[in-house]
Amino acid sequence: MAELKRESSVSKVLNAAWVRPFLFLIFIVVMWDVTIRLFQIPAYQIPAPGDVVAVLRTEWPELLRQSWPTTYATICGFLLSAVFGIPVAMLIAGSKTVESYIYPLLVFSQSVPKIAIAPLFVVWFGFGIIPKVISAFLLGFFPVVVSAVQGFKSVDPDMVDLARAMQGSRFQVFRAVNLPHAMPAIFSGLKVSVTLAVVGAVVGEFVGSNSGIGYVMQRSIGTFDLPTMFAALVILALLGVVLFWVVDRIERLVIPWHVSQRDDIVFAS
Amino acid sequence: MNPATKQTEINQPAAHLRLVSDRAGGAAPGITLSGVSKTYRSRDGDVPSLRPLDFHINEGEFFVVVGPSGCGKSTLLKMISGLLAPTTGEIMVDGEPVTKPHGNVGIVFQNALLLPWRNVLSNVMLPIDMKKLPRDEYLPRAKALLKLVGLEGFEKKLPWQLSGGMQQRASICRALVHDPKIMLMDEPFGALDAMTREKMNVELMRIQRETGKTVLLITHSIPEAVFLADRVLVMTERPGAIAAIYDVPLPRPRSLDAMADPAFTELVQRIRKHFFTQSALD
Repeated sequence: MAELKRESSVSKVLNAAWVRPFLFLIFIVVMWDVTIRLFQIPAYQIPAPGDVVAVLRTEWPELLRQSWPTTYATICGFLLSAVFGIPVAMLIAGSKTVESYIYPLLVFSQSVPKIAIAPLFVVWFGFGIIPKVISAFLLGFFPVVVSAVQGFKSVDPDMVDLARAMQGSRFQVFRAVNLPHAMPAIFSGLKVSVTLAVVGAVVGEFVGSNSGIGYVMQRSIGTFDLPTMFAALVILALLGVVLFWVVDRIERLVIPWHVSQRDDIVFAS
Repeated sequence: MNPATKQTEINQPAAHLRLVSDRAGGAAPGITLSGVSKTYRSRDGDVPSLRPLDFHINEGEFFVVVGPSGCGKSTLLKMISGLLAPTTGEIMVDGEPVTKPHGNVGIVFQNALLLPWRNVLSNVMLPIDMKKLPRDEYLPRAKALLKLVGLEGFEKKLPWQLSGGMQQRASICRALVHDPKIMLMDEPFGALDAMTREKMNVELMRIQRETGKTVLLITHSIPEAVFLADRVLVMTERPGAIAAIYDVPLPRPRSLDAMADPAFTELVQRIRKHFFTQSALD
C-alpha cells in the first residue's frame, strides 16, 4: 500500500509541468554526450558536457561577475523598449496619420541588421554600457510595438462607443477600456522582447566591450576555449529563462482575468 | 398637465391598429427627431444610410424599431445617444438638442460587452466611473438593480463565469445604473437562444414597468417587436425611412399568452407584409 502511494507520488512529480523541461534537458545532454563519444567528435569542435560543467563549476565566480553587466544592459534595454514601445504603439493605433508616417519606417528600420550597425554605437558612445543598452533596446523595441498596436486596435468599437456615450473623456475611456484590453497583447510582446533584449546586449558586447558574457564568449572563441564558450551560452540561456519567467509572473499579477491565466482562478458557481 | 403626458395616455393600450404620425412641439419631454438623415462619406462617394426621419417618442414609452438589416437602425441609435451627428435635421431629448454624448442614455448592444477584467458589480458601475459620480451613492443602486434582474450573489463573478443571458442582464443593469431617462437597445437579445430570449423579453417588460424608462429597442424579430412595444416603427430597406408606425393594441401587463391574442397575430402579419412587398419589388 505504502509502496504504491510512494510510486504514485513519484510519477506525480515526474508529470508536474515544471519538471518536464528538465527531463527533456537531461535527455538532450545525454544525447549530446553519447553523440560525441559515438562519432568521436574532437573537443575543439564540440566540448563534452562534462567539460562544460567543470568550467561552470571552477569559473563560477568569474562567470557570475561577467553576467552582471549583461543582465544590467538587458534589463535597461528591455525597460527602454517597454517605456518607448507602448506609447509609440498608442500613437500608431490612435491616429491614422501617425501610423502612415511612422509604421512603414519602423518596419524598414527593423530590417536593418543590428549587428551591422552595432559598431557605430561603439564609435558614438565608447566601450561602456550605453552601446549594449541601445543594442538591447533596438532588438526589444519592435515586438513590443507590433503587439501593442495589435492590442490597441482590437478593441471592440461598440465598447468604446458605450463608454463614450456615458460621457467618459478620451483619457478615461482609454484607461478604462483600451489600455486593459491591450494588456494581454502588450505582455506577449514584452515576453518576446525580453528574450531578444538578451541577444541585443550580447551583440553589443561582441562588437566592443571589455566585460559581460558576450565578451567572455568572444574571448574564449579566440583561444579555442570551447568549454568556456559553451558555459557562457548556458549562462545566457539561463538569463533569458529567468527574465522571461519574471515577465510571465508580472503578467499573471497584472492580467489575472485573461483567458490564458484562467486555470488559476477557482471556479465556484 | 402638459400636452405630451396627455399624448402618452392617448397612446396607451385601448387604441386600435392605426397609423400614427404625431409630431410634438419643441420642448416636449421624450425624444423628437425632425428631418434627421445620415449620409456616410466613403471613397466611392456618399452612401445614404437614413432618409429624413420625423417622429417623436414619448416619455416612458416602449418604442420598438423593426427593419431589415442594414437599414440604418444602429446609426439611428448612435445619433440619439449623441455619438454620431446627423447629416441633416435635429434630434431633441427633452427639448434639448443633441450635439454630443449627453449621458442621459443607457445603451445595451447585441453583445453584452462586459469588460472581462471587471467583476459583474464593477462592470455595472462603469457609467458611474465614466461620469465621475460618487461611487458610494450609486453602489446600493447597482446592487439593487442586480437583484432586480436576478443576479444577486453574482456581484463578484467575472463576466466569463456567467451565461449569455446573465451577461446581458448585467449589461441592462449597467445601462440603468446612472438612472438615465432613456434606454437604447440594439438587438439586445439577438445573440441569445430562443427560450432565453422569450424569458428576457418578459423580464425587460417588467424592468421597464418598474423603472418607467423610455425605451427605444431595435430588433429583427417582428413578434418580439409587437410583444414588447407600445408603438412599433417599421423601417424600409436601405437607405432607411419610415414605412409605418403602429400602435400595439395589447393591454399591459402582458404575459407570453399575449402572443396568442388575435390582435397580436394580426399586427405581426401586417408588419410582415411590409417586408414581403418590399423584397418582392427588389
